[in-house]
Amino acid sequence: MKILVPVKRVIDYNIKARVKADGSGVDLANVKMSINPFDEIAIEEAVRLKEAGIATEVLAVSCGIAACQETLRSAMAIGADRGILVETDAELQPLAVAKLLKALCDREQPQLVLCGKQAIDDDANQTGQMLAALAGWPQATFASKVVIADGEATVTREIDGGLETLRIGLPAVISADLRLNEPRYATLPNIMKAKKKPLDTVKPADLGVDVTPRLSTLKVSEPPKRGAGVKVADAAELMNKLRNEAKVI
Amino acid sequence: MQREAMEYDVVVVGGGPAGLASAIRLRQRAAEKGNDLSVCLIEKGAEIGAHILSGAIMDPRALSELFPDWEADGAPLNAPVSEDRFFFFSATGAMRVPNVFLPQCFHNEGNYVVSLGNVCRWLGERAEALGVEIYPGFAGAEVLFDENGAVKGVATGDMGRLRDGSEGPSFQPGMELHGKYTFFAEGCRGHLGKQLQDRFHLDDGVDPQTYGIGLKELWEIRPENHKTGLVIHSGGWPMKPDTYGGGFLYHLENHQVAVGFVVGLGYKDPYLSPFEEFQRYKTHPGIRKFLEGGERIAYGARALTAGGLQSLPKLVFPGGVLVGDDAGFLTASRIKGAHCAIKSGMLAADACFDALAAERRRDELSAYPEAFERSWLREELHRARNFKPWMNKGQTLGAMMFGVDQVVLRGRAPWTLHIDTPDYAKLKPAAECAPIAYPKPDGALTFDRMSSVFLSSTKHEEDQPCHLSLKDATAPITVNLPKYDAPEQRYCPAGVYEILCDENGANPRLQINAPNCIHCKTCDIKDPLQNIVWLAPQGGEGPTYPNM
Ligand SMILES: Cc1cc2nc3c(=O)[nH]c(=O)nc-3n(C[C@H](O)[C@H](O)[C@H](O)COP(=O)(O)OP(=O)(O)OC[C@H]3O[C@@H](n4cnc5c(N)ncnc54)[C@H](O)[C@@H]3O)c2cc1C
Ligand code: SF4
Repeated sequence: MKILVPVKRVIDYNIKARVKADGSGVDLANVKMSINPFDEIAIEEAVRLKEAGIATEVLAVSCGIAACQETLRSAMAIGADRGILVETDAELQPLAVAKLLKALCDREQPQLVLCGKQAIDDDANQTGQMLAALAGWPQATFASKVVIADGEATVTREIDGGLETLRIGLPAVISADLRLNEPRYATLPNIMKAKKKPLDTVKPADLGVDVTPRLSTLKVSEPPKRGAGVKVADAAELMNKLRNEAKVI
Repeated sequence: MQREAMEYDVVVVGGGPAGLASAIRLRQRAAEKGNDLSVCLIEKGAEIGAHILSGAIMDPRALSELFPDWEADGAPLNAPVSEDRFFFFSATGAMRVPNVFLPQCFHNEGNYVVSLGNVCRWLGERAEALGVEIYPGFAGAEVLFDENGAVKGVATGDMGRLRDGSEGPSFQPGMELHGKYTFFAEGCRGHLGKQLQDRFHLDDGVDPQTYGIGLKELWEIRPENHKTGLVIHSGGWPMKPDTYGGGFLYHLENHQVAVGFVVGLGYKDPYLSPFEEFQRYKTHPGIRKFLEGGERIAYGARALTAGGLQSLPKLVFPGGVLVGDDAGFLTASRIKGAHCAIKSGMLAADACFDALAAERRRDELSAYPEAFERSWLREELHRARNFKPWMNKGQTLGAMMFGVDQVVLRGRAPWTLHIDTPDYAKLKPAAECAPIAYPKPDGALTFDRMSSVFLSSTKHEEDQPCHLSLKDATAPITVNLPKYDAPEQRYCPAGVYEILCDENGANPRLQINAPNCIHCKTCDIKDPLQNIVWLAPQGGEGPTYPNM
């Protein structure tokens, strides 16, 4: 069984994102970029399935600028066998990425697409679902446990106040939630090996996909800053302030 | 679990200007001669540049030797120094020192205002293009020796050890990197370099190294306050005349300025807080006027070496070399070390390349110190040699005498002054000093430590052995607290050290908030008992500086 895992290059989760002065987006100049943490979890799960003898090949795919090669190398350092970069400098929105992935699924014929539930930069949480719709495949999102047997996937999802278990046929799209696993550290020997793994580059046009954005961003702004706190002398003053200044009671 | 090993011709520890220039030069020489030579460089930051914090005004001299076409190749030196201003500050006023009276070393014509982190990012790309294997996210944690006692390489640190040192569920052992020669380019107070200096007695017969701590913020300011290439230096307030320290404000491109403050770590007053001095410095009218209405976008701190020529250790030992600030090449009077780092790396690389071509391995590269003796770098350090010792005699007298030394005698004074006491031995007992009442941060121009550390994007896995180790776990409470009022609470720019008491205000203990550490190395330098030993945490951790 071949597993395709899409991986996105995003601002490192550890960086305090800063909006550009003109409100056109987040300032990414010389900011550390990393593999989207949920995608890293998806890669880890795919590699575990391979180590368990269930999958035969793990293919990582990234869409974006040339630097996404680093993201693919990170995926290969965890254990993906090879990578494909769909290279473009154009702004990519979830629908465009879903179409690119659909085209690659046609070409590569994976039994399973394991993706992150969302990217931490735009939090769109759409690509996996759109891909399932385009491919006409079943989907199971927010997976916290995945069991593959007899051509079917049994997926546990975390939902409000409990767990839901779905059984879906393959091929399918499964998206990974935070608790699915804890990705391993990429070791230096594995990073060295990853440098030598095959990495192909294609262009959106090669896949016959038009990636023109359908949405336009009007403005990006930071959440309002929290005002300074005040110390109150007693409960009465607190009540007074809550009622008359904050107007919350 | 067994550690894997990999053989290289040369292993470079540290991806600052020194390490990158070394690796680049080696591969350039190999390309010229058409022979292959494997060079591996490791960097403890999550990416090249992530741990680089500098001013910085860059003297392009060494870069031009390394890459004569750096301008066409797109090196990020985009803001030529357009104007130089030097002031002596009083609490509210400023006296401008006319440029004609400034020693040559304080002139910056021909230099560039840069982010040294971005220069390193660029050098890193160049190095990779030349075939250097670069592995960010891995710290050299241990020096390896061969059967003859020569350095044979380094081992990277283990990942996934638990707090008590045992192997956790995600444990992965480090890896050994073996080289015919190993370059140590860890910057100021390299923790492996320090071990090598002890083991090979590299600092025998030279003055103790002296240090400074530099704190810096990056601001985006109002366009009307910004003048690309303007550089301002100041002495005087808020430092007392007997303490060495000074501020800088450099106008970069894109309406950004780097504002920073350097305090000599030979300061005596245990109540002094370099962090608070820096915050206070920004409130001076001569600085405030630029920052007001702007936004702070980054914060960090890093120690720097200042001992100069008199403190320079032996640079070579069997199997390896010290380059850059790991050795202490920095022209203290100019607070410029980037070009020295590059130059020293190039000199060492040349010596190494020739040795490899002669089929030598793991001996002493004595051609490196010999070439240094004949270089402009040695000449530059020689001229500046009396700066720090003069400054030790107090800022005012020091500045005057250094002026005589430089303007009148042009660095050719018949005297060479010496420093005999290391920085850590200089603190006075708290009983002889009075606590300093620093103003409260206003949240607009001045800030507290926690909101500052937040901007450094530092992270460390909490559940790992503490990388700030104590030789004697009791000394902070039995000695440092009663005698110096726990100075680590104040000199650490990241609030890592806290004295906590129980609810009755009794039973003080030292809490070490290691995850906040921004790898400046000040504690390793200034702890009066030399009881704190900085060790490398897991690779890829620590600050993630953009544009610093
Ligand atoms: C506030 C401040 C202002 C300054 N202003 C200027 C200026 O205006 N002009 C100027 O020319 N110079 C300036 N300097 C000095 C200059 O920054 C240094 O001289 C220069 O960075 C030294 O280069 P280096 O390569 O030796 O070390 P560093 O730049 O410190 O680089 C060392 C690198 O090695 C890595 N490393 C360390 N230990 C290990 C390990 N064990 N394993 C793996 N990696 C490791 C570090 O993470 C770091 O990336 C300033 C310094 C400071 C602190
Ligand atoms: S703990 Fe030490 S090295 Fe870390 S930030 Fe504080 S003084 Fe610097």
